[in-house]
Amino acid sequence: MVAETVVHGGGLRDGALVRARGLAKRFGDFEAVRGIDLDVRPGEAFGFLGPNGAGKSSTMRMVSCVSPRTGGDLTVLGMDPHTQGPAIRARLGVVPQQDNLDNELTVRQNLHVYGRYFGLSKAHVRAKAVELLEFAQLVDRADDEVEPLSGGMKRRLTIARSLINDPQLLLLDEPTTGLDPQARHLLWDRLFRLRQQGVTLIITTHYMDEAEQLCDRLVVMDGGKIVAEGSPGELIARYCSREVLELRFTTDKPDAAAIDGLADRVEVLPDRLLLYTADGEASLAAAHQRGLAPASSLVRRGTLEDVFLRLTGRTLVD
Amino acid sequence: MSTATKSTAHAPAPLTAVWLVVEGLWAWYRRNWRSSAVSSVLEPVLFLLALGFGFGSQIQPSAATGGLDYVAYLAPALVVASAVQTSAFEATYPVLAAFKWKRTFIGIASTPVAPAQIAYGQLLWIALRVAVSSTAFLVIATVLGAVTSVGVVGSLLVAVLTAMAFAAPVVAYSATLETEGQQFTAIFRFVVVPMTVFAGTFFPVDQLPVWVRPLVWVTPMWHGTELSRAAAFGTGELLAVLGHLLFLGALVVLGARFAVRTFTRRLEV
Repeated sequence: MVAETVVHGGGLRDGALVRARGLAKRFGDFEAVRGIDLDVRPGEAFGFLGPNGAGKSSTMRMVSCVSPRTGGDLTVLGMDPHTQGPAIRARLGVVPQQDNLDNELTVRQNLHVYGRYFGLSKAHVRAKAVELLEFAQLVDRADDEVEPLSGGMKRRLTIARSLINDPQLLLLDEPTTGLDPQARHLLWDRLFRLRQQGVTLIITTHYMDEAEQLCDRLVVMDGGKIVAEGSPGELIARYCSREVLELRFTTDKPDAAAIDGLADRVEVLPDRLLLYTADGEASLAAAHQRGLAPASSLVRRGTLEDVFLRLTGRTLVD
Repeated sequence: MSTATKSTAHAPAPLTAVWLVVEGLWAWYRRNWRSSAVSSVLEPVLFLLALGFGFGSQIQPSAATGGLDYVAYLAPALVVASAVQTSAFEATYPVLAAFKWKRTFIGIASTPVAPAQIAYGQLLWIALRVAVSSTAFLVIATVLGAVTSVGVVGSLLVAVLTAMAFAAPVVAYSATLETEGQQFTAIFRFVVVPMTVFAGTFFPVDQLPVWVRPLVWVTPMWHGTELSRAAAFGTGELLAVLGHLLFLGALVVLGARFAVRTFTRRLEV
């Protein structure tokens, strides 16, 4: 079903589904988004990473054509949200951060009612709901009220609902926040299938593993700006190192001279040292050779989380 | 999931979009109608029995009751009062809930349906809800013998108009609230109840002290009550009727425009 919708967007095939230049959002004196450029291409899974308050959700709301931009240019599916909001929204799927299902309706009724807002006939939404219940693994609960469902089930229903109009572009704002690992993995699996069917995804998250799993390309936002852009692999290569050696000391940490030259970059944390290096084992051997005696050591891959913390800092943002 | 259903999604025409909002509210109501049906139909019937027949048995038909039995005098006003009460409820908690607790309006705003259409849909829904419960009440009142003429059909229309004159601005206001502090309680306690008791439902307004009457004249319920009795008893004077209609109509139009503004401001941020 969804593969077909890509063909629907044939006119945009070579262009970007979302194109932003200098996109800005201001609330009074507060600049939530401060001039960002974006190109989301058909068929890709595009991620927004960033700490709370980075401007991810504001950007998502502008792209989903519910929040008017206050500066810059934006086209979504080749149209301007200012003038063609309803026509664009007819072809978008939106999974909001906070569920807004009607808890007092049944699972199936939620799909029926929502589908009608897209100008779809009752017969169409009924047939479509059957497909989507299957996809979201909610067939057994179809005629139960939503209220008692688990968080994961509600999330799956919200995603199913967002697909009722066969969207060309699916926007997911922190889709797995608050879910247990089983529920997250099941959700990822569903999103993965959508990708295979050619649906373009835009995802915000602050789970780095989620971004690595799902996104072909992502941007890191901080303070309303894009601070880095690339595939997960590129970002790790550019801002981190292939491996990270973690050294934990119970007594005094060694001074700067003792660790100088052991790695490309060293980060000193209260309880441990992080040595960013291409070869963790080699660096560890070199450290032992210099007589360093860490209480414990760990060699691991460089991750998106390292990139994220490097770019957006370790300071807590509340 | 790849077979039958090719998408034909599009932005519905404006009136269709408004109607789809009504459809959505109806889907909920169909599952949850019982308690509200009791309060919006049974309650006025109890008032009609207790005050109209019970208390009214002690009242001689006089100039004040237009020469009618008290219950016949009361019925066309009671339908207005009860319509306003129903609409006041529908204009408060469910609206705030749809923005804040259930967030269903936030969900609709992501579809092609626009905030203004959600506002109009909500208002139309309240009008239909009030029309149905007022009809039910009037049917019961007729069966009980409290209705004197077919003019009561006019009373029904007046009841809906009056209910909307009150509900439209309240819907607009409810859309601006972040929480239910005491605002709704205050609306009921200090506006709806005094209006019901003093704005001509149970006794003519000229029984009130002179200085209170201007307060009554600015309530939609007084205009509605006057109009409804004029329709039911065929006693309307053209200028007065036009004045009442104009007042109520203006409140509906202004309230609806205000609601469109507050809905849009709330949903397009």
